[in-house]
Formats: sequence, C-alpha cells, structure tokens
Amino acid sequence: MTANSGTGIAERVTGARRGDRVGDSPARPDGAQKTRGEFAFSSDLWMDGMLWGKTLRSPHVAAKIRSVDTAPALAIPGVRAVVTAADVPGRPTFGLDVPDQPVFASEVIRYHGEPVAAVAADHPEAARAAAAAIFVDYEPLVPVVDPEIALEASPIHPDGNVFRHLVIRHGAPDATGDVVVEGDYEVGMQDQAFLGPESGLAVPAEDGGVDLYIATQWLHVDRDQIAASLGVPAERVRLYLAGVGGAFGGREDVSLQIHLCMLALRTGRPVKMVYARDESFFGHVHRHPARMWYRHHASRDGDLVKVEARIVIDGGAYLSSSNAVISNAACFAPGPYRVPNALVEGYAVRTNNPPCGAMRGFGAVQVCFGHEAQMDKLAAALFMDPVELRLRNALERNDRLVTGQVLRGAVPVREVIRAAASHPLPPPPDPAGPVTARPGGAGATAGPEDVRRGVGFAVSMKNIAYSEGFDDFVTARLRLEAGVDGEAVATVSVATAEVGQGFVTLAAQIVREELGVARVVLAPPSTVDVGSAGSSSASRQTWMSGGALQLACATLRAELVVRAAELWECAATQCLFDDGDVVRAATGERLSVPDLLAPAPLETEHEFHHRPTRALDADGQGDAHLSFMFAAHRAVVDVDPELGLVRVVQIATGQDVGKAINPVQVTGQIEGGVAQGIGLAVMEEIVVTEGHVRNPSFTDYLLPTVLDMPDVLATVIEEPEPGAPYGAKGVGEPPTISSGPAVLAAIRDATGFPVTRAPVRPEDIALTWMRRTS
Amino acid sequence: MPPEGPATARSLGGPADGPAYVQADRYELLVNGTRRTVEDAWLGESLLYVLRERLGLPGSKNACEQGECGSCSVLLDSVVVCACLVLGVDAIGSQVETVEGLSADGDVAEIQAGLVDAGGVQCGFCTPGFVVAVHDLLRRTPLADEMAVREALSGNLCRCTGYGRILEAVRRVQRSRAVSDDSDGSDGGTGDGE
Amino acid sequence: MRAARVALPTTVEEAVEALTEAPGAQLLAGGTDFCVEVNFGLRRPPAVVALRRVQELRRYEVTPASVVIGAGTTYADMGGTELSAVLPALAAAARTVGSPQIRNSGTLGGNIATASPAGDTLPLLAALDARVTLRGPAGERTLPLGEIVTGVKTTSIAPDEVVVEVVVERRTGPQQFLKVGTRNAMVIAIASAAVVVDLEAHEVRVGLGSVAPVPVRATEAEMHIGDAIDWRATGGPRASAAALARFGELVGQAASPITDHRSTAEYRRHAVQVIARRALERCVVRAA
Repeated sequence: MTANSGTGIAERVTGARRGDRVGDSPARPDGAQKTRGEFAFSSDLWMDGMLWGKTLRSPHVAAKIRSVDTAPALAIPGVRAVVTAADVPGRPTFGLDVPDQPVFASEVIRYHGEPVAAVAADHPEAARAAAAAIFVDYEPLVPVVDPEIALEASPIHPDGNVFRHLVIRHGAPDATGDVVVEGDYEVGMQDQAFLGPESGLAVPAEDGGVDLYIATQWLHVDRDQIAASLGVPAERVRLYLAGVGGAFGGREDVSLQIHLCMLALRTGRPVKMVYARDESFFGHVHRHPARMWYRHHASRDGDLVKVEARIVIDGGAYLSSSNAVISNAACFAPGPYRVPNALVEGYAVRTNNPPCGAMRGFGAVQVCFGHEAQMDKLAAALFMDPVELRLRNALERNDRLVTGQVLRGAVPVREVIRAAASHPLPPPPDPAGPVTARPGGAGATAGPEDVRRGVGFAVSMKNIAYSEGFDDFVTARLRLEAGVDGEAVATVSVATAEVGQGFVTLAAQIVREELGVARVVLAPPSTVDVGSAGSSSASRQTWMSGGALQLACATLRAELVVRAAELWECAATQCLFDDGDVVRAATGERLSVPDLLAPAPLETEHEFHHRPTRALDADGQGDAHLSFMFAAHRAVVDVDPELGLVRVVQIATGQDVGKAINPVQVTGQIEGGVAQGIGLAVMEEIVVTEGHVRNPSFTDYLLPTVLDMPDVLATVIEEPEPGAPYGAKGVGEPPTISSGPAVLAAIRDATGFPVTRAPVRPEDIALTWMRRTS
Repeated sequence: MPPEGPATARSLGGPADGPAYVQADRYELLVNGTRRTVEDAWLGESLLYVLRERLGLPGSKNACEQGECGSCSVLLDSVVVCACLVLGVDAIGSQVETVEGLSADGDVAEIQAGLVDAGGVQCGFCTPGFVVAVHDLLRRTPLADEMAVREALSGNLCRCTGYGRILEAVRRVQRSRAVSDDSDGSDGGTGDGE
Repeated sequence: MRAARVALPTTVEEAVEALTEAPGAQLLAGGTDFCVEVNFGLRRPPAVVALRRVQELRRYEVTPASVVIGAGTTYADMGGTELSAVLPALAAAARTVGSPQIRNSGTLGGNIATASPAGDTLPLLAALDARVTLRGPAGERTLPLGEIVTGVKTTSIAPDEVVVEVVVERRTGPQQFLKVGTRNAMVIAIASAAVVVDLEAHEVRVGLGSVAPVPVRATEAEMHIGDAIDWRATGGPRASAAALARFGELVGQAASPITDHRSTAEYRRHAVQVIARRALERCVVRAA
C-alpha cells in the first residue's frame, strides 16, 4: 500500500527500485517539450498553402431543411470550397456503434448545432464569413426534448426513439425488506471540456486518399468511419496522432474528421480546422443527463435485501455509445454492494437534445449519485453509521453482481472504504482565515458565522475495458536493435492514443522492466504501420496496451535467450534472462542485450485480446465484464446555506488500483479525476432549454479553478488483479465516479437538505433554506 | 503608479495613414527580444493568433479565446496577460515574451523542470500558460503562501491534473530557491504579501 | 476588411481626433470584452482606436474631498495600496474580476463603457454617485454614472467620446463589496452589492449589480437603515437585527432581476438582499 498525501507522493518503504521501471515514477518523456511550448498539438499544425475549414451549424433544435444555397459563400474572395450533404462521396452517416448520424444534415435537423455545411478558405476570417453567408432555408419543427415524452412520441429518426431498453432481474422479484427507502435523483449534462479544442490537418494524397493529423482517442475507428463516408478503401485514409489536449471520452466520436478530409479532397490542398470553444461545445458528445428512481429494501440489521431502480438517460439526437452507457448504468445501479434481489430497468432515449456519449465514468457516474444517496437514506432509517452500512454490505471476492456475474478478481471494497475513512479530517473552519478559503471565495460573501461544515461518503465501482462481448484487442509491435553507439534500442509501435493519461511513460517503464533496455522509443501512433489499439477510454490502456507490450517483451526475451543459448551451444533452459543480460546458469557467463542484437535486430508483433465477455441476456444476466475497479471518497465541505454556496475543503480517497505502475501518475489521475467529480457536483452543467445550448463558453460553463480544488488525500490499494499486467487495474475513471456523490452527501450533512440533483445549484440550497426559515 | 508605457509606440507602426491611423495589415512586433514583421494581417487578429499562425510561435495555446483559461498567458511589457485578449496591432511597441522566449531563462527552466518532475504535466495544453503564470508569480512574490499561490493561478484552468501536482511543483521551486538563497547568505527574498 | 486601420494614440486628444476621423471606429481599452466579441466573430469594426498607450488615462488622484480615477486604471491598479486604502470596496470588487490576467488588462473606463449589468465596479460607483467625465471633439462633459449607463450594454457615450475619468467624493467610514458566483474565482456575478457607510453624513449607500438592467441604488433601504442606525452608539454605529432584516427586504425590493442560464430571478433577489445585509453587518454593530 502506498500512502499519498496532498503535499506529495510518499516514498515506498520497501521493494522500491529507484529509477524508471514498473513501480517507479519516471517523468513523462514529452513533459519537457510540453512545458516549453514545443509539443505539437493538433491545433499547432501548419503547412504551406494550407486552407482553413469552418463548419456551419444549425441554429435550430429541430427543423426541416427546405434548401441550402452555397453560392453566396463561394462568391467571397478566398473561399475555395463549400461542401454539404450532397457532396458526401460515400456513406452519408457515421457512428461509433451504428452509423445513424449524418455527416451533414440533409433534410432534417435533429439538434442545436448539427453540421449543415463546411467551407475551406485562405484565412479563418474568410472561412467564417463564408459559413455565415450560406443560406439555409429551415422550417422549424417542435422538438422532443423530454426523454420520458420521447419514449412515447413519434420517432424523430428512422431508427426510433428508444436506443436501448434493458431490464435486470435478479433473485426473487417480490422480496421485501423491513426498511424501505425511496428517492428520485437527477444528473445534469456534463462536458468533457478538454482544453485542446477539436482540430486537425488533412492533406490530400497522390493515391486519391488523404493523410489526416488528428487529436483522437481511437485512430482506427476514426479511419474506418472516414473511409466509409469518403467512399475510399481504408488503407488510403492514413491517420497520424497529433498532440491531444485532453479527451475524457469527448474524442471517441468523430467530430471534424470527415468534414476536414472532404474539404482536402475537394480543394486538393491541405486544410486545417480548429474549433473555437463555443463550437467545441457543439462538436462533441457530452455526459448523459439522467433521471433515476430508486427503492432500497434492507433487513433491520442493515443487510440489503433488494434494490429497485428505473434509470432514464437522455442520449440526445444520435446513438453514439448510449447502448453501452445504459448497460453500465444498469449493471452498476446498486453500487459495490451485495444485493440478493434486484429489478433494474434502464432506458437510453433519443431526443432533440445534444448527442451524448462517452465521458470518464461512462454510466457509472450517474447511478452513483443515486445509489449512494440511497445508502445514506437507508443508514438514517436504520440509525446506522453510513460507513458501517457500506462496510456491512460491501462486495467481496466470489460475490455475485445483480447480473449474475461472479467476482473472481480483486474486490477490495472494504479496504478502499476503510482507507478513505481513516485519513485525518481537516481542521475546523478558521474564523481568522482568508475569505478566499470560505464558500463564495473571492466574492467575500461568507463570514465565519455563515458557514456550516459537512462530511459525506460515497463508494463506487466500474468495469475496465469493453464489455458485453465486444472483441477488445490491441496490436503492438516491438523492435530491438543495437544503436549506433552499441546500446540497445527498443522501438514500440502501437496505435495507443496518448491523451495525457501517461501511457507513453508506462510503455517505456514496461519495456525497461521486462528487458532492462534503457533506451525506449515510441513510434508516432498511426494507422499506417500497426493495427488498432482500441480507444484510450474505459480505463483500459494500461491493461490492454500494457498487456500487449508485456507479451511482446516476453517473446523477445525468449528469443534473446535462444540466441545466447546458440552462442554458448547449450540448451535454452540453461539460460536465464536477468536484468538486461542473459546469464548461463552453469557458468555465470553473461551476454548483454546489445551483444545479442549485434547479428540482427529482433522484432515481434502481438495482438492482445482480453478474456471474452458476453452480452447480457433478456433478464440482464451474463458475464458482461472483464474486471472491476472500486473506490471510496470522503468529502468535507463548507456550505453557506443561506446563499447556497459551497467550498469543498478536502477529499480523502481509497482506490483499488491493482498495482501502481507509476505512483506519481496514479496520483495525478486521482486528483484530476476528483476535480471532474467535484465539478459535476457543484458547478459543471451544459444548460439546455428546449434543446438550445445556453452556455457554450468557458465564461458560463464553469470548470473548477485551483481555488475550487481541495487537497486530496489518497491511499492506493494494491491488490493484484489476476490476468492483468503486473496486476494493474485502470485508474482514470474511479476518482470521477464517487467523488461527486460524496460532495453531495457532505452538503446534505451540512444542511440537512435533501440535495438530489447534480450539479447542485446555489438556488437549490438557498431556496430550501428560505422555505425552512420563513 | 503603473509602469511607464512605451514612448515610441507610433514610430514602430510603419507609415502613418492620416494623422492618427496606421494600416493594420503590416506592422512590426518585438517578440522575445526580436523584431518580427507581421504581414498581410487582418485587424481582428488577436496577438494569440499572430503569434501562433503568423510568427511560428504556437507555444501559447488557444483553449478558449475569451480570457477564461490562461492557456495563452504571455508577458506584455512584463505584465502577464491573455494573448487572446490583446489585438495583435495593439502590441506594437510593446515587449512580448512568450513561453518559447522565456524558456531561455534559468528561473523559468527551473519551473519547467519542477512541473515535469512533480507530475504537473498531463495532456500539457495548459502547461505553457502555467509556466508563464508561475514565473510571473514567483518573481513578484517568491514566498507566496498556499492561498496566494492559488489566487495567483486561479486564472489558469487545468482539466487533467486537478492542480495538485502543479501546486507541488510550485512548492518545490519555492523550497529549492529558499535553500539556494540561504546558501548565498541572502534573506530568502521577500513577499509583498498580496 | 483588410484595409482596416488602427490608431495608437498617446494622448486623449489624439484619441478623440482618431474617433472623429473614422466614424464607426471602436475604442479599445483592456480588450477583455471587445476582443472576445472579435474572436467569436460578433464584432467587425472598420477601425480601432487603442487606448493602451494613453498614459494620462492611467492615473489617479486622492484629495481630501475626492478621488479621481483615470479611465485607464486597471483592476490590478485598483488593488494597489493607496487606492485600496481610500476605496476598499473598489479594491474588493476589482479582486473579483476575472483572473489575474484579466485584472492586468481590464480597465475602469472599459467597465463603464461596456455597461454590463454584471460590471463589477459599477455597484460601488453607483453607491458613491460617481461622476464620469467624457471628452469629445466639443470638449469635456461630466455626467452621473446613472446617466451614462442607460441599459444592458448601452450608454449615452457618443461614438466620438472617450471616458476620461471617474470622480467620487471621499466618505469616511467602512465599505464592503460582496459578489455571488457559482465558482470561487473567475466568475461573472449572479448578484453583487456594494455598501458604503458614511460616518459623518450618517448615511448608508447601497449599489446593486446583476439584479437589474443597470446598476441600481437601493434608496428606500438606504433611507430606512439610515434612520434605524444608532449613529452615536459607543463602539460604532449600531443596528438592530430587525432593522437589518428590514434593510435586506428593502434591498430585495429594489432589484428587478431576470432568470437566465446563470441563475433565477428568485435566487438573485434573495441573494442580493443577503449579501447587502451581510455587507452592512460587517460595517455596523449588530445590536443583541
């Protein structure tokens, strides 16, 4: 176990090998470049003669398109091309799961901001003027914006309004408990709000295809969607990963990729496109808003008897990954607790709201607000300590989920709860402290007497990697050769998208650990010379790409041993690989890796698949998931109930990581994930009224600043996960899942108010305060 | 009172067009100590756009272009500002220092190394802005306490790190400077307490 | 558009000349509002007159009777020692504006000319009956703030006029500025209030922000509390809890807030009375 605190990373006491291998914390290889502004992000790309692209988007939520006139745009000096739905050479639609989303709207507008056309011009200003000059004759329609109404409404898309309806039936349906608590909960629409806007550079190629430099989470699935819509073979669409300024799920779907490639092919010139911040809010999917109803049954002693839940998530106008999100939401609806009986109903619904899809936590986030509020309600009804109730019902190894899946891996739920609970609480609010340390911050709204403190607790679980039978794999190639100076060089080719999570650091650590080779080079990820690595999402790349790399290293290690055995004319079984050398057991003779590489380089390629999973059956039963991560969060907040303002004072957490391959990076993932959880709890929401996005800017979509982020006290639980490389689970998502629900619990504790909606708005608290005091 | 502004502002603006105006499409800027010519520009181009797209200095980042994220922080006559909120032409006659130019400064290099070593860099899009903002803070208030550091950096958004490792980097730089000042026999610098 | 021109005057006179010469020219101060609109394609002026080099605008003067603040004074300048000593609520308001980067750029004149209902310095200026001096081709004129800011982002400043300076009378006594936002820093006001207690005139002045199209005075609340305070109490002016509560109610009545994507009218009205009351409670002794 490694204990970290808000003031730094604690050194490991035993077994530490300082350096840059697995379990160490070497610095990111791209870090220095990034600090100097030399790292090329996708928006930094530049090419001689390049044009600028710009998208025209619908100002309407729902409308018929009567006609589109591009002539006024083409008449503007410097404008080189305008493309619309009529110009899509291949498949007119795209989509991660099912291609139900038009590249450009042709007849129908289904959400505010849907693309209608794109232009390319010499200067961004000409492109902007041209987009504004395109005349679109819309006939506005009445939008369907309430998912409950959409369930019954006439279809707004040929595929219908219900993406997926899922029922999980587990145990005895009519079981009842001595104590029953019920509640309705709601989660608003969160944005990934990565800082690097969507951007890329498309360059037409001589073979009629296109080279695209792009910030994405998954190169190969982008390529396949682009190629289908361009109507060209996939091998003529070559994607190269440009620097990615954060992702968090928001780059899993296609945004400007197809538009850019169409413009490049149409003009025969390189075309660059960079979304401004307002457009970014329209250009990618968001976290699904959710409405949830829960009823929990428990025995008098506090054992959960049954969980009933109905979960409706608003998928917006197009499918994206809604089917997988509702599956997660339903599977994890009870939380990380032993629940013998359950009836969970999940709906993912199509509406005229902005499309929703992947965001960090993927379905587990929304339901955690529900199940953890219910656990607190239950604890209150039972007169039990909320932490005690959670410990009592915590899942353990060999327990069953409500999907019937038996937990065969590491299930340290009690450990994460105890770790979070055992961190020291912060000192009470300091009446003499700076006003910026109180709710309201620099606005100086709160005096010491206006502040009430609260403490809340929440626990969560989530799956790692893809589920329900998806063939999840990574292709990795590893080449070992002697460099010009005689030192061994390992070159890793894998299409894994580095989006900030630190895979580039881990990859080198793994190769050093396995082969003792200090110099590790990562080839630029692309679709050109290696197969798919899947998406950098679902907390899966450490396991999947790390696993592929570990396997490749093992193969080359065996080949090095064989080479040594041949030189020594002994059996390979007589030789051992030892920290960069092959040792002959009998004599102690050693051959170094560079020595062994002198005759010829070695190379291997592996496709790593995880254990197959299965789709859920009609009763929502099945081994749908590979593995699970658990986390617990304790939040301490100061609330000014009269104004409804909140300051989060401290987050303490215990997180199940399997193995911390890079403890500093793990800490960074925990702190960063917590910030997004806090954001969802107290400030982040895309405000959508009647389908219109009201706050597409960083002025009004608020991200936590450094004055909003508390110290995070983190303990990582290292219980190795069977089958995972080094026993390491993912770490990215859990911090975002239960940190927010813990904050809401703490606000309820401070105020005694039933806070049931995330984000909690000042008026939600203050107007309750008014009603109660008047 | 605020520092004196540049006295030669107009002389760098090229030929005057009428008594008061200069053409906004061709002008000179002083960037990182070097005179750079901006040509064929359009009036509405921000300093950020000019740096990134015309002068080959993409280190200042374009995350929001509305002054709400700090990713484009530069020093304009030694004052930290958002380059997205300065018109390119309005920087005529001023000294513009970007992350690229500041990287040559040993104090800045120490901050950069601190950010990398402490784990303060993830996707890195906010990083250049933080480098400029931290440098500006520590040269004015070397001993800024935790709340002062937070307030000074509250205009720089980071979406990846949750700020913990960035604050740790600032603490490490402060500690290391305190130690080296002690060994120099100096008093360790004074904060102005803001 | 390529032929667009920019003027970089170093005096107010040159700035006015430039404005006169090019009708439609946009004045540019700190750029923190204007440049956002340009970046997002909402504004395309044919010419810009940039005021950053006009040193005579970036000054202030403290006399026994008044404080004169040049329009080019930045929010960061307002937090300086001397200004914050005489106008602590202005310094407090300036500290809540945007980020340090914004505070280094944005100016008092820009805050007035932009005339946003959420302009952070405006409630205090309203409370202090600030007078604003404009200079145009015909010379200078001085108007009360209330006659300058006429509506949401609209002013009576002529296209060829420059905001030169703001004059407020000095008042002896405590003053406070409180601002409600959903984030602890870098946030636009949902509601704000400036409260000035004048120990010599025995009056309380209240300016409110983000609760009406323009900054408003809560005059009824001022009169009520001016009468209700025991100005000669030992230990400083004293007000009863009931008087303070009534003060808050009257402040709420002075507001005419709207519901938008940032908040609701109901919350704004509630919040502004809470912060006005709290601001006053920090200035007077609350009778037991």
